[in-house]
Amino acid sequence: MTVRMARDGAEAAGVPGPRDGAPLPLAVDLRGVHKSFGPVQAVRGVALAIGSGEVMAFLGPNGAGKTSTIDMILGLSRPDAGAVEVYGMAPRQAVRKGLVSAVMQAGGLLKDLTVAETAQYTASLFAVSRPVGEVLERAGISAIGGRLVGKCSGGEQQRLRFAMALIPDPELLILDEPTQGMDVEGRRGFWKAIRDDAALGRTIVFATHYLEEADAYADRIVLISKGQIVADGTAAEVKGLASGRTIRATLPGADAAGLRAMPGVEGVEVRGDTVLIHSGDTDAVARWLLTQTPARDLEITSRGLEDAFIALTGDGAASPSGPSGPSGPARAAT
Amino acid sequence: MTAQPALAAALERKPPPLGGFRAATVRLEVRRLLRNRRTMVFALVLPVLFFWGFGLNNSYVHQRVGHGNLSAVEMISIALYGAVSATATCGAMVSIERAAGWSRQLRVTPLSSTAYIVIKMLTSLVLAAGSVFAVYLIGAVTNKVSMPADLWVITGLCVWIGSLLFAAFGLFIGYLLPSENVTQIIALALTLCSFAAGLFIPLSQFSPGLQTFAKFTPLYGLSQLVHYPLVGGTLQWGWIVNLAVWLALFVTGATWRLRHDTARV
Repeated sequence: MTVRMARDGAEAAGVPGPRDGAPLPLAVDLRGVHKSFGPVQAVRGVALAIGSGEVMAFLGPNGAGKTSTIDMILGLSRPDAGAVEVYGMAPRQAVRKGLVSAVMQAGGLLKDLTVAETAQYTASLFAVSRPVGEVLERAGISAIGGRLVGKCSGGEQQRLRFAMALIPDPELLILDEPTQGMDVEGRRGFWKAIRDDAALGRTIVFATHYLEEADAYADRIVLISKGQIVADGTAAEVKGLASGRTIRATLPGADAAGLRAMPGVEGVEVRGDTVLIHSGDTDAVARWLLTQTPARDLEITSRGLEDAFIALTGDGAASPSGPSGPSGPARAAT
Repeated sequence: MTAQPALAAALERKPPPLGGFRAATVRLEVRRLLRNRRTMVFALVLPVLFFWGFGLNNSYVHQRVGHGNLSAVEMISIALYGAVSATATCGAMVSIERAAGWSRQLRVTPLSSTAYIVIKMLTSLVLAAGSVFAVYLIGAVTNKVSMPADLWVITGLCVWIGSLLFAAFGLFIGYLLPSENVTQIIALALTLCSFAAGLFIPLSQFSPGLQTFAKFTPLYGLSQLVHYPLVGGTLQWGWIVNLAVWLALFVTGATWRLRHDTARV
Protein backbone atom coordinates (compact mmCIF):
# COMPACT_ATOMS: atom_id res chain seq x y z
CA MET A 1 0.00 0.00 0.00
CA THR A 2 1.19 3.45 -0.81
CA VAL A 3 0.35 4.57 2.67
CA ARG A 4 2.77 2.19 4.24
CA MET A 5 5.48 3.24 1.84
CA ALA A 6 4.90 6.86 2.60
CA ARG A 7 4.85 6.18 6.31
CA ASP A 8 8.05 4.13 6.08
CA GLY A 9 9.57 7.00 4.17
CA ALA A 10 8.62 9.30 6.99
CA GLU A 11 10.28 7.08 9.51
CA ALA A 12 13.34 6.70 7.35
CA ALA A 13 13.53 10.47 7.36
CA GLY A 14 14.17 10.31 11.06
CA VAL A 15 17.28 8.13 10.80
CA PRO A 16 20.63 9.45 9.62
CA GLY A 17 20.79 9.81 5.85
CA PRO A 18 23.43 7.99 3.84
CA ARG A 19 24.94 11.10 2.29
CA ASP A 20 26.22 13.33 5.01
CA GLY A 21 25.10 11.67 8.21
CA ALA A 22 22.60 14.41 8.96
CA PRO A 23 19.01 13.22 9.43
CA LEU A 24 16.43 14.62 7.03
CA PRO A 25 13.78 16.36 9.06
CA LEU A 26 10.04 15.77 9.03
CA ALA A 27 8.01 17.89 6.64
CA VAL A 28 5.84 19.08 9.50
CA ASP A 29 6.34 18.59 13.21
CA LEU A 30 3.71 19.93 15.59
CA ARG A 31 4.23 19.28 19.28
CA GLY A 32 1.65 20.14 21.93
CA VAL A 33 0.29 23.05 19.94
CA HIS A 34 -2.35 25.28 21.49
CA LYS A 35 -3.99 28.33 19.95
CA SER A 36 -6.78 30.48 21.31
CA PHE A 37 -8.60 33.45 19.89
CA GLY A 38 -9.93 35.33 22.87
CA PRO A 39 -12.10 32.88 24.79
CA VAL A 40 -12.24 30.39 21.88
CA GLN A 41 -9.77 27.54 22.09
CA ALA A 42 -9.26 26.76 18.39
CA VAL A 43 -6.42 24.26 18.78
CA ARG A 44 -6.03 22.26 21.97
CA GLY A 45 -2.84 20.25 22.16
CA VAL A 46 -2.24 19.02 18.62
CA ALA A 47 0.76 16.78 18.01
CA LEU A 48 1.29 15.82 14.40
CA ALA A 49 4.26 14.52 12.44
CA ILE A 50 4.06 14.51 8.66
CA GLY A 51 6.80 12.72 6.76
CA SER A 52 8.20 13.58 3.38
CA GLY A 53 6.12 12.28 0.48
CA GLU A 54 2.87 11.80 2.37
CA VAL A 55 -0.46 12.86 0.96
CA MET A 56 -2.45 13.71 4.03
CA ALA A 57 -6.04 14.83 4.41
CA PHE A 58 -6.89 17.04 7.32
CA LEU A 59 -10.52 16.28 7.90
CA GLY A 60 -12.96 17.87 10.27
CA PRO A 61 -16.16 19.85 10.53
CA ASN A 62 -16.17 23.62 10.12
CA GLY A 63 -14.58 25.28 13.11
CA ALA A 64 -12.68 22.15 14.14
CA GLY A 65 -9.34 23.96 14.04
CA LYS A 66 -8.09 22.95 10.58
CA THR A 67 -7.39 26.44 9.28
CA SER A 68 -5.93 27.57 12.60
CA THR A 69 -3.50 24.66 12.49
CA ILE A 70 -2.61 25.30 8.86
CA ASP A 71 -2.02 28.99 9.61
CA MET A 72 0.55 27.98 12.19
CA ILE A 73 2.27 25.58 9.77
CA LEU A 74 2.50 28.44 7.27
CA GLY A 75 3.79 30.87 9.88
CA LEU A 76 0.73 33.10 9.52
CA SER A 77 0.15 32.82 13.24
CA ARG A 78 2.11 31.62 16.23
CA PRO A 79 0.97 28.97 18.70
CA ASP A 80 0.22 30.12 22.24
CA ALA A 81 2.03 27.03 23.47
CA GLY A 82 3.91 24.18 21.84
CA ALA A 83 6.29 24.03 18.89
CA VAL A 84 5.81 24.12 15.13
CA GLU A 85 8.61 23.11 12.79
CA VAL A 86 8.59 22.75 9.02
CA TYR A 87 11.56 20.80 7.67
CA GLY A 88 13.26 21.33 11.02
CA MET A 89 13.05 25.12 10.86
CA ALA A 90 10.68 27.91 11.80
CA PRO A 91 7.69 28.01 9.42
CA ARG A 92 8.47 31.52 8.20
CA GLN A 93 12.01 30.45 7.30
CA ALA A 94 10.66 27.47 5.33
CA VAL A 95 8.33 29.85 3.46
CA ARG A 96 11.21 32.23 2.71
CA LYS A 97 13.23 29.36 1.27
CA GLY A 98 10.30 28.34 -0.93
CA LEU A 99 10.03 24.93 0.76
CA VAL A 100 6.36 25.30 1.56
CA SER A 101 3.52 27.02 -0.26
CA ALA A 102 -0.22 27.02 0.01
CA VAL A 103 -3.48 27.20 -1.87
CA MET A 104 -5.65 29.33 0.37
CA GLN A 105 -9.36 28.93 0.92
CA ALA A 106 -10.67 32.01 -0.88
CA GLY A 107 -9.53 35.44 -1.94
CA GLY A 108 -5.82 36.05 -2.20
CA LEU A 109 -6.06 37.33 -5.77
CA LEU A 110 -6.08 40.77 -7.35
CA LYS A 111 -8.87 41.33 -9.84
CA ASP A 112 -6.96 43.88 -11.88
CA LEU A 113 -4.04 41.59 -12.74
CA THR A 114 -4.22 39.01 -15.50
CA VAL A 115 -3.72 35.32 -14.79
CA ALA A 116 -0.19 35.35 -16.21
CA GLU A 117 0.71 38.59 -14.41
CA THR A 118 -0.43 37.13 -11.09
CA ALA A 119 1.87 34.17 -11.65
CA GLN A 120 4.72 36.49 -12.72
CA TYR A 121 4.15 38.61 -9.64
CA THR A 122 4.41 35.55 -7.41
CA ALA A 123 7.48 34.32 -9.30
CA SER A 124 9.19 37.68 -8.81
CA LEU A 125 9.08 37.20 -5.03
CA PHE A 126 11.00 33.93 -4.82
CA ALA A 127 14.73 33.33 -5.10
CA VAL A 128 14.21 30.47 -7.54
CA SER A 129 11.00 29.82 -9.41
CA ARG A 130 9.63 27.51 -12.07
CA PRO A 131 8.82 29.16 -15.40
CA VAL A 132 5.40 30.80 -15.35
CA GLY A 133 4.34 29.09 -18.59
CA GLU A 134 5.12 25.70 -17.09
CA VAL A 135 3.06 26.16 -13.91
CA LEU A 136 0.10 27.57 -15.84
CA GLU A 137 0.31 24.54 -18.10
CA ARG A 138 0.41 22.20 -15.12
CA ALA A 139 -2.60 23.89 -13.55
CA GLY A 140 -4.43 23.72 -16.87
CA ILE A 141 -4.89 27.47 -17.34
CA SER A 142 -2.25 28.33 -19.94
CA ALA A 143 -5.02 29.18 -22.40
CA ILE A 144 -6.37 32.01 -20.22
CA GLY A 145 -3.07 33.64 -19.26
CA GLY A 146 -4.15 37.01 -20.67
CA ARG A 147 -7.51 37.08 -18.89
CA LEU A 148 -8.11 39.44 -15.98
CA VAL A 149 -8.48 37.54 -12.72
CA GLY A 150 -11.76 39.35 -12.02
CA LYS A 151 -13.21 37.77 -15.16
CA CYS A 152 -12.22 34.19 -14.25
CA SER A 153 -14.65 31.62 -12.87
CA GLY A 154 -14.23 30.23 -9.36
CA GLY A 155 -12.65 27.07 -10.72
CA GLU A 156 -10.20 29.02 -12.87
CA GLN A 157 -9.25 31.19 -9.92
CA GLN A 158 -8.65 28.11 -7.84
CA ARG A 159 -6.40 26.68 -10.54
CA LEU A 160 -4.53 29.97 -10.55
CA ARG A 161 -4.00 29.67 -6.79
CA PHE A 162 -2.67 26.18 -7.43
CA ALA A 163 -0.34 27.49 -10.15
CA MET A 164 0.92 30.19 -7.77
CA ALA A 165 1.59 27.57 -5.11
CA LEU A 166 3.64 25.54 -7.59
CA ILE A 167 5.89 28.45 -8.54
CA PRO A 168 8.58 27.97 -5.88
CA ASP A 169 8.54 24.19 -6.59
CA PRO A 170 7.78 23.56 -2.90
CA GLU A 171 8.57 20.34 -1.08
CA LEU A 172 5.36 20.74 0.90
CA LEU A 173 2.12 21.95 -0.61
CA ILE A 174 -0.76 22.86 1.68
CA LEU A 175 -4.28 23.20 0.35
CA ASP A 176 -6.99 24.64 2.56
CA GLU A 177 -10.45 23.53 1.35
CA PRO A 178 -9.15 23.59 -2.23
CA THR A 179 -12.32 22.58 -4.05
CA GLN A 180 -14.89 24.51 -2.08
CA GLY A 181 -17.44 25.96 -4.45
CA MET A 182 -16.23 23.96 -7.46
CA ASP A 183 -18.56 21.73 -9.46
CA VAL A 184 -18.01 17.99 -9.69
CA GLU A 185 -16.22 18.19 -13.02
CA GLY A 186 -13.95 20.98 -11.85
CA ARG A 187 -13.22 19.12 -8.65
CA ARG A 188 -12.23 15.96 -10.49
CA GLY A 189 -9.93 17.87 -12.86
CA PHE A 190 -8.39 19.74 -9.97
CA TRP A 191 -7.63 16.58 -8.06
CA LYS A 192 -6.13 14.95 -11.12
CA ALA A 193 -3.69 17.85 -11.37
CA ILE A 194 -2.87 17.51 -7.67
CA ARG A 195 -2.38 13.73 -7.87
CA ASP A 196 -0.13 14.06 -10.93
CA ASP A 197 1.91 16.51 -8.97
CA ALA A 198 2.07 14.31 -5.87
CA ALA A 199 3.44 11.50 -8.03
CA LEU A 200 6.60 13.59 -8.35
CA GLY A 201 7.25 13.11 -4.65
CA ARG A 202 5.80 16.30 -3.23
CA THR A 203 4.35 16.19 0.27
CA ILE A 204 0.73 17.28 0.20
CA VAL A 205 -1.51 18.28 3.08
CA PHE A 206 -5.07 19.25 2.32
CA ALA A 207 -7.86 20.32 4.59
CA THR A 208 -11.35 19.40 3.57
CA HIS A 209 -14.74 18.60 4.87
CA TYR A 210 -15.60 16.58 1.78
CA LEU A 211 -15.22 13.04 3.03
CA GLU A 212 -15.11 11.49 -0.41
CA GLU A 213 -12.10 13.65 -1.30
CA ALA A 214 -10.22 12.52 1.76
CA ASP A 215 -11.17 8.93 1.03
CA ALA A 216 -10.21 9.06 -2.63
CA TYR A 217 -7.07 11.17 -2.65
CA ALA A 218 -5.30 10.88 0.69
CA ASP A 219 -2.93 8.17 1.85
CA ARG A 220 -3.42 9.28 5.41
CA ILE A 221 -6.38 10.89 7.13
CA VAL A 222 -6.09 12.98 10.25
CA LEU A 223 -9.44 13.70 11.80
CA ILE A 224 -9.70 16.82 13.92
CA SER A 225 -12.57 17.85 16.13
CA LYS A 226 -12.88 20.70 18.60
CA GLY A 227 -9.21 21.51 18.28
CA GLN A 228 -7.95 18.00 18.94
CA ILE A 229 -6.87 15.12 16.74
CA VAL A 230 -9.36 12.30 17.22
CA ALA A 231 -8.13 9.83 14.61
CA ASP A 232 -5.07 9.32 12.46
CA GLY A 233 -4.50 6.57 9.92
CA THR A 234 -5.38 5.32 6.46
CA ALA A 235 -8.93 5.75 5.24
CA ALA A 236 -9.58 2.08 6.03
CA GLU A 237 -8.15 2.41 9.50
CA VAL A 238 -10.15 5.51 10.29
CA LYS A 239 -13.34 3.83 9.05
CA GLY A 240 -12.53 0.89 11.28
CA LEU A 241 -12.41 3.14 14.33
CA ALA A 242 -16.13 3.53 14.15
CA SER A 243 -17.46 0.20 15.34
CA GLY A 244 -21.03 -0.87 15.02
CA ARG A 245 -23.58 0.14 12.46
CA THR A 246 -25.87 2.98 11.58
CA ILE A 247 -29.65 3.06 11.56
CA ARG A 248 -31.41 5.59 9.40
CA ALA A 249 -35.13 6.00 9.99
CA THR A 250 -37.92 8.44 9.30
CA LEU A 251 -39.16 9.57 12.67
CA PRO A 252 -40.75 13.01 12.96
CA GLY A 253 -40.03 14.63 16.31
CA ALA A 254 -37.45 12.06 17.32
CA ASP A 255 -36.42 12.17 20.98
CA ALA A 256 -32.66 12.47 20.47
CA ALA A 257 -31.84 12.56 24.17
CA GLY A 258 -33.89 9.44 24.83
CA LEU A 259 -32.23 7.58 21.97
CA ARG A 260 -28.78 8.65 23.12
CA ALA A 261 -29.50 7.14 26.54
CA MET A 262 -30.10 3.67 25.08
CA PRO A 263 -27.39 1.08 25.72
CA GLY A 264 -24.80 0.85 22.94
CA VAL A 265 -25.80 4.09 21.24
CA GLU A 266 -22.77 6.19 20.33
CA GLY A 267 -24.32 9.03 18.45
CA VAL A 268 -27.65 10.43 17.35
CA GLU A 269 -28.17 12.92 14.63
CA VAL A 270 -31.51 14.43 13.66
CA ARG A 271 -31.84 15.80 10.14
CA GLY A 272 -35.36 17.07 9.73
CA ASP A 273 -37.64 14.04 9.94
CA THR A 274 -34.73 11.66 9.50
CA VAL A 275 -32.80 10.31 12.42
CA LEU A 276 -29.38 8.67 12.25
CA ILE A 277 -28.36 6.46 15.13
CA HIS A 278 -24.89 4.98 15.51
CA SER A 279 -24.81 2.04 17.81
CA GLY A 280 -22.89 -1.06 18.77
CA ASP A 281 -26.22 -2.84 19.13
CA THR A 282 -28.37 -1.72 16.23
CA ASP A 283 -30.70 -4.68 16.55
CA ALA A 284 -31.94 -3.52 19.94
CA VAL A 285 -32.43 0.03 18.70
CA ALA A 286 -34.27 -1.19 15.59
CA ARG A 287 -36.55 -3.39 17.65
CA TRP A 288 -37.37 -0.51 19.96
CA LEU A 289 -37.93 1.93 17.09
CA LEU A 290 -40.32 -0.39 15.27
CA THR A 291 -42.29 -1.41 18.31
CA GLN A 292 -42.33 1.69 20.50
CA THR A 293 -42.28 4.55 18.01
CA PRO A 294 -43.90 5.44 14.66
CA ALA A 295 -40.48 5.15 12.97
CA ARG A 296 -40.52 3.83 9.39
CA ASP A 297 -38.21 3.35 6.37
CA LEU A 298 -35.51 1.77 8.52
CA GLU A 299 -32.10 1.20 6.96
CA ILE A 300 -29.22 -0.44 8.76
CA THR A 301 -25.78 -0.01 7.23
CA SER A 302 -22.26 -0.76 8.33
CA ARG A 303 -20.10 2.26 8.64
CA GLY A 304 -18.26 4.26 6.05
CA LEU A 305 -15.94 7.17 6.50
CA GLU A 306 -18.91 9.43 7.05
CA ASP A 307 -19.99 7.44 10.06
CA ALA A 308 -16.52 7.39 11.47
CA PHE A 309 -16.51 11.13 10.95
CA ILE A 310 -19.81 11.58 12.75
CA ALA A 311 -18.95 9.14 15.51
CA LEU A 312 -15.59 10.75 16.15
CA THR A 313 -16.48 14.38 15.72
CA GLY A 314 -20.15 14.57 16.63
CA ASP A 315 -21.74 15.73 19.86
CA GLY A 316 -21.70 12.27 21.36
CA ALA A 317 -18.02 11.76 20.58
CA ALA A 318 -15.67 11.29 23.47
CA SER A 319 -12.45 13.26 23.60
CA PRO A 320 -9.46 11.70 21.86
CA SER A 321 -9.72 7.97 21.84
CA GLY A 322 -8.59 5.11 19.69
CA PRO A 323 -6.43 2.03 19.47
CA SER A 324 -3.35 3.69 20.90
CA GLY A 325 -5.17 4.28 24.15
CA PRO A 326 -5.57 7.29 26.39
CA SER A 327 -2.11 8.70 25.68
CA GLY A 328 -3.13 10.15 22.36
CA PRO A 329 -5.23 9.93 19.26
CA ALA A 330 -5.62 6.81 17.18
CA ARG A 331 -2.33 6.31 15.42
CA ALA A 332 -2.20 3.51 12.92
CA ALA A 333 1.55 3.34 12.67
CA THR A 334 3.94 4.48 15.31
CA MET B 1 12.79 6.97 -2.90
CA THR B 2 14.25 9.49 -5.27
CA ALA B 3 12.65 12.29 -3.32
CA GLN B 4 15.20 12.10 -0.51
CA PRO B 5 18.27 13.54 -2.30
CA ALA B 6 15.96 16.12 -3.90
CA LEU B 7 14.74 17.10 -0.45
CA ALA B 8 18.27 17.37 0.89
CA ALA B 9 19.08 19.71 -1.99
CA ALA B 10 15.91 21.72 -1.44
CA LEU B 11 16.77 22.27 2.21
CA GLU B 12 19.94 24.05 1.06
CA ARG B 13 17.91 26.70 -0.77
CA LYS B 14 18.53 30.31 0.13
CA PRO B 15 15.83 32.92 0.74
CA PRO B 16 15.80 35.75 -1.82
CA PRO B 17 17.92 38.82 -1.02
CA LEU B 18 16.35 42.15 0.07
CA GLY B 19 13.31 40.45 1.58
CA GLY B 20 12.06 39.43 -1.87
CA PHE B 21 12.22 42.91 -3.35
CA ARG B 22 12.73 43.03 -7.10
CA ALA B 23 12.22 45.66 -9.81
CA ALA B 24 10.03 43.23 -11.77
CA THR B 25 7.41 43.42 -9.01
CA VAL B 26 7.32 47.22 -9.22
CA ARG B 27 6.86 46.96 -12.99
CA LEU B 28 3.82 44.71 -12.51
CA GLU B 29 2.41 47.06 -9.86
CA VAL B 30 2.75 50.01 -12.24
CA ARG B 31 1.04 48.10 -15.03
CA ARG B 32 -1.79 47.32 -12.63
CA LEU B 33 -2.02 50.96 -11.65
CA LEU B 34 -2.33 52.13 -15.25
CA ARG B 35 -5.42 49.94 -15.52
CA ASN B 36 -7.10 51.69 -12.60
CA ARG B 37 -9.12 54.52 -14.13
CA ARG B 38 -10.11 56.17 -10.88
CA THR B 39 -6.49 56.49 -9.78
CA MET B 40 -5.49 57.89 -13.15
CA VAL B 41 -8.23 60.53 -12.90
CA PHE B 42 -7.14 61.59 -9.41
CA ALA B 43 -3.46 61.62 -10.17
CA LEU B 44 -3.29 62.88 -13.75
CA VAL B 45 -6.53 64.25 -15.18
CA LEU B 46 -7.79 66.34 -12.24
CA PRO B 47 -4.47 68.14 -11.59
CA VAL B 48 -4.15 69.05 -15.26
CA LEU B 49 -7.72 70.40 -15.34
CA PHE B 50 -7.21 72.32 -12.08
CA PHE B 51 -4.03 73.87 -13.40
CA TRP B 52 -5.83 74.91 -16.53
CA GLY B 53 -8.60 76.49 -14.48
CA PHE B 54 -6.73 78.07 -11.57
CA GLY B 55 -3.27 78.69 -12.89
CA LEU B 56 -3.40 79.69 -16.52
CA ASN B 57 -6.57 81.49 -17.38
CA ASN B 58 -6.60 84.36 -14.93
CA SER B 59 -5.69 87.96 -15.58
CA TYR B 60 -3.05 88.14 -12.83
CA VAL B 61 -1.01 85.08 -13.87
CA HIS B 62 1.85 87.18 -15.23
CA GLN B 63 2.36 88.95 -11.91
CA ARG B 64 6.02 88.53 -10.83
CA VAL B 65 6.74 86.41 -7.77
CA GLY B 66 10.31 85.74 -6.59
CA HIS B 67 12.30 84.33 -9.52
CA GLY B 68 9.23 83.70 -11.66
CA ASN B 69 5.57 84.54 -12.04
CA LEU B 70 2.31 83.56 -10.37
CA SER B 71 1.69 80.86 -12.99
CA ALA B 72 4.89 79.16 -11.85
CA VAL B 73 3.65 79.26 -8.25
CA GLU B 74 0.34 77.75 -9.35
CA MET B 75 2.11 75.09 -11.40
CA ILE B 76 4.13 73.96 -8.39
CA SER B 77 1.00 74.04 -6.21
CA ILE B 78 -1.06 71.90 -8.55
CA ALA B 79 1.84 69.54 -9.27
CA LEU B 80 2.13 69.03 -5.51
CA TYR B 81 -1.61 68.39 -5.26
CA GLY B 82 -1.40 65.84 -8.09
CA ALA B 83 1.70 64.16 -6.71
CA VAL B 84 0.28 63.72 -3.21
CA SER B 85 -3.00 62.46 -4.69
CA ALA B 86 -0.97 59.89 -6.59
CA THR B 87 1.07 58.70 -3.63
CA ALA B 88 -1.85 58.74 -1.18
CA THR B 89 -4.19 56.74 -3.43
CA CYS B 90 -1.37 54.28 -4.21
CA GLY B 91 -0.64 53.87 -0.52
CA ALA B 92 -4.31 53.43 0.26
CA MET B 93 -4.53 50.54 -2.21
CA VAL B 94 -3.25 48.32 0.60
CA SER B 95 -6.78 48.60 1.95
CA ILE B 96 -8.19 46.93 -1.17
CA GLU B 97 -5.39 44.36 -1.12
CA ARG B 98 -6.10 43.49 2.48
CA ALA B 99 -9.81 43.11 1.78
CA ALA B 100 -9.03 40.84 -1.20
CA GLY B 101 -6.81 38.62 0.95
CA TRP B 102 -3.81 39.51 -1.21
CA SER B 103 -1.77 40.72 1.78
CA ARG B 104 -2.35 37.36 3.41
CA GLN B 105 -1.38 35.54 0.22
CA LEU B 106 1.85 37.55 0.09
CA ARG B 107 2.66 36.36 3.57
CA VAL B 108 3.13 32.82 2.29
CA THR B 109 5.86 34.14 0.00
CA PRO B 110 9.35 35.33 0.99
CA LEU B 111 8.28 38.98 0.61
CA SER B 112 8.97 40.88 3.84
CA SER B 113 6.61 43.64 4.98
CA THR B 114 9.43 46.15 4.58
CA ALA B 115 10.00 45.07 0.98
CA TYR B 116 6.24 45.29 0.37
CA ILE B 117 6.14 48.88 1.69
CA VAL B 118 9.17 49.78 -0.45
CA ILE B 119 7.40 48.35 -3.53
CA LYS B 120 4.31 50.43 -2.70
CA MET B 121 6.42 53.58 -2.19
CA LEU B 122 8.29 53.14 -5.47
CA THR B 123 5.07 52.43 -7.38
CA SER B 124 3.48 55.56 -5.94
CA LEU B 125 6.60 57.53 -6.92
CA VAL B 126 6.23 56.37 -10.52
CA LEU B 127 2.65 57.66 -10.60
CA ALA B 128 3.64 60.87 -8.81
CA ALA B 129 6.34 61.42 -11.43
CA GLY B 130 3.68 61.09 -14.12
CA SER B 131 1.51 63.60 -12.31
CA VAL B 132 4.30 66.19 -11.88
CA PHE B 133 5.40 65.66 -15.47
CA ALA B 134 1.86 66.14 -16.84
CA VAL B 135 1.34 69.43 -14.96
CA TYR B 136 4.81 70.75 -15.83
CA LEU B 137 4.28 69.75 -19.46
CA ILE B 138 1.07 71.80 -19.62
CA GLY B 139 2.96 74.64 -17.97
CA ALA B 140 5.69 74.41 -20.60
CA VAL B 141 3.52 74.14 -23.72
CA THR B 142 1.11 76.95 -22.75
CA ASN B 143 4.05 79.32 -22.42
CA LYS B 144 2.57 81.29 -19.50
CA VAL B 145 4.87 79.97 -16.79
CA SER B 146 8.00 82.01 -16.26
CA MET B 147 10.75 80.46 -14.16
CA PRO B 148 14.51 79.88 -14.69
CA ALA B 149 15.26 76.47 -16.26
CA ASP B 150 17.10 75.07 -13.23
CA LEU B 151 14.11 75.88 -11.02
CA TRP B 152 11.84 73.75 -13.20
CA VAL B 153 14.05 70.81 -12.38
CA ILE B 154 14.64 71.67 -8.73
CA THR B 155 11.01 72.38 -7.83
CA GLY B 156 9.83 69.38 -9.84
CA LEU B 157 12.18 67.08 -7.93
CA CYS B 158 11.22 68.63 -4.58
CA VAL B 159 7.51 68.07 -5.28
CA TRP B 160 8.15 64.54 -6.48
CA ILE B 161 10.24 63.40 -3.49
CA GLY B 162 8.13 65.40 -1.03
CA SER B 163 5.00 63.59 -2.17
CA LEU B 164 6.30 60.49 -0.35
CA LEU B 165 4.93 62.12 2.81
CA PHE B 166 1.47 61.25 1.56
CA ALA B 167 2.41 57.73 0.54
CA ALA B 168 2.88 57.22 4.29
CA PHE B 169 -0.48 58.91 4.88
CA GLY B 170 -2.15 56.64 2.30
CA LEU B 171 -0.63 53.52 3.85
CA PHE B 172 -1.77 54.61 7.30
CA ILE B 173 -5.34 55.26 6.13
CA GLY B 174 -5.28 52.10 3.99
CA TYR B 175 -4.39 49.96 6.99
CA LEU B 176 -6.82 51.84 9.23
CA LEU B 177 -10.02 51.91 7.20
CA PRO B 178 -12.08 49.35 5.27
CA SER B 179 -11.72 49.42 1.52
CA GLU B 180 -15.22 50.58 0.44
CA ASN B 181 -14.81 54.25 1.19
CA VAL B 182 -11.08 54.71 1.55
CA THR B 183 -10.62 56.39 -1.86
CA GLN B 184 -13.32 58.98 -1.16
CA ILE B 185 -11.93 59.72 2.29
CA ILE B 186 -8.43 60.18 0.85
CA ALA B 187 -9.74 62.47 -1.89
CA LEU B 188 -11.66 64.59 0.61
CA ALA B 189 -8.75 64.77 3.05
CA LEU B 190 -6.36 65.78 0.28
CA THR B 191 -8.64 68.51 -1.02
CA LEU B 192 -9.06 69.98 2.48
CA CYS B 193 -5.31 69.78 3.13
CA SER B 194 -4.61 71.38 -0.24
CA PHE B 195 -6.95 74.30 0.49
CA ALA B 196 -5.43 74.73 3.94
CA ALA B 197 -1.94 74.75 2.44
CA GLY B 198 -2.93 77.45 -0.04
CA LEU B 199 -2.52 75.25 -3.10
CA PHE B 200 -5.79 76.37 -4.68
CA ILE B 201 -6.31 79.86 -3.20
CA PRO B 202 -3.47 81.97 -1.75
CA LEU B 203 -3.44 81.82 2.05
CA SER B 204 -3.32 85.63 2.20
CA GLN B 205 -7.00 85.62 1.22
CA PHE B 206 -7.94 83.62 4.35
CA SER B 207 -8.98 85.26 7.63
CA PRO B 208 -6.12 85.65 10.14
CA GLY B 209 -7.55 82.88 12.32
CA LEU B 210 -7.69 80.44 9.40
CA GLN B 211 -4.19 81.42 8.34
CA THR B 212 -2.87 80.47 11.78
CA PHE B 213 -4.78 77.19 11.71
CA ALA B 214 -3.46 76.41 8.21
CA LYS B 215 0.12 76.46 9.51
CA PHE B 216 -0.56 73.24 11.43
CA THR B 217 -2.11 71.23 8.57
CA PRO B 218 -0.15 68.39 6.91
CA LEU B 219 0.56 69.93 3.50
CA TYR B 220 1.53 73.39 4.76
CA GLY B 221 5.20 72.77 5.54
CA LEU B 222 5.78 70.72 2.40
CA SER B 223 4.03 73.31 0.23
CA GLN B 224 6.11 76.19 1.61
CA LEU B 225 9.32 74.19 1.15
CA VAL B 226 8.70 73.17 -2.47
CA HIS B 227 7.79 76.78 -3.36
CA TYR B 228 10.81 78.16 -1.55
CA PRO B 229 13.33 77.81 -4.43
CA LEU B 230 11.02 79.92 -6.61
CA VAL B 231 9.57 82.38 -4.08
CA GLY B 232 12.74 82.97 -2.04
CA GLY B 233 12.68 84.99 1.16
CA THR B 234 13.56 83.49 4.53
CA LEU B 235 13.44 79.78 5.14
CA GLN B 236 11.29 79.24 8.23
CA TRP B 237 12.00 76.48 10.70
CA GLY B 238 8.28 76.10 11.26
CA TRP B 239 7.91 74.59 7.77
CA ILE B 240 10.52 71.94 8.46
CA VAL B 241 9.02 71.20 11.88
CA ASN B 242 5.54 70.87 10.29
CA LEU B 243 6.86 68.44 7.66
CA ALA B 244 8.90 66.43 10.17
CA VAL B 245 6.05 66.11 12.66
CA TRP B 246 3.48 64.99 10.09
CA LEU B 247 5.94 62.58 8.48
CA ALA B 248 6.71 61.08 11.89
CA LEU B 249 2.98 60.81 12.64
CA PHE B 250 2.11 59.08 9.35
CA VAL B 251 5.07 56.71 9.44
CA THR B 252 4.38 55.81 13.08
CA GLY B 253 0.69 55.32 12.31
CA ALA B 254 1.37 53.15 9.27
CA THR B 255 3.95 51.06 11.15
CA TRP B 256 1.61 50.63 14.09
CA ARG B 257 -1.27 49.46 11.86
CA LEU B 258 1.03 47.21 9.84
CA ARG B 259 2.29 45.51 13.02
CA HIS B 260 -1.28 45.11 14.22
CA ASP B 261 -2.24 43.65 10.87
CA THR B 262 0.58 41.13 10.79
CA ALA B 263 -0.23 39.95 14.28
CA ARG B 264 -3.91 39.52 13.53
CA VAL B 265 -4.12 37.89 10.09
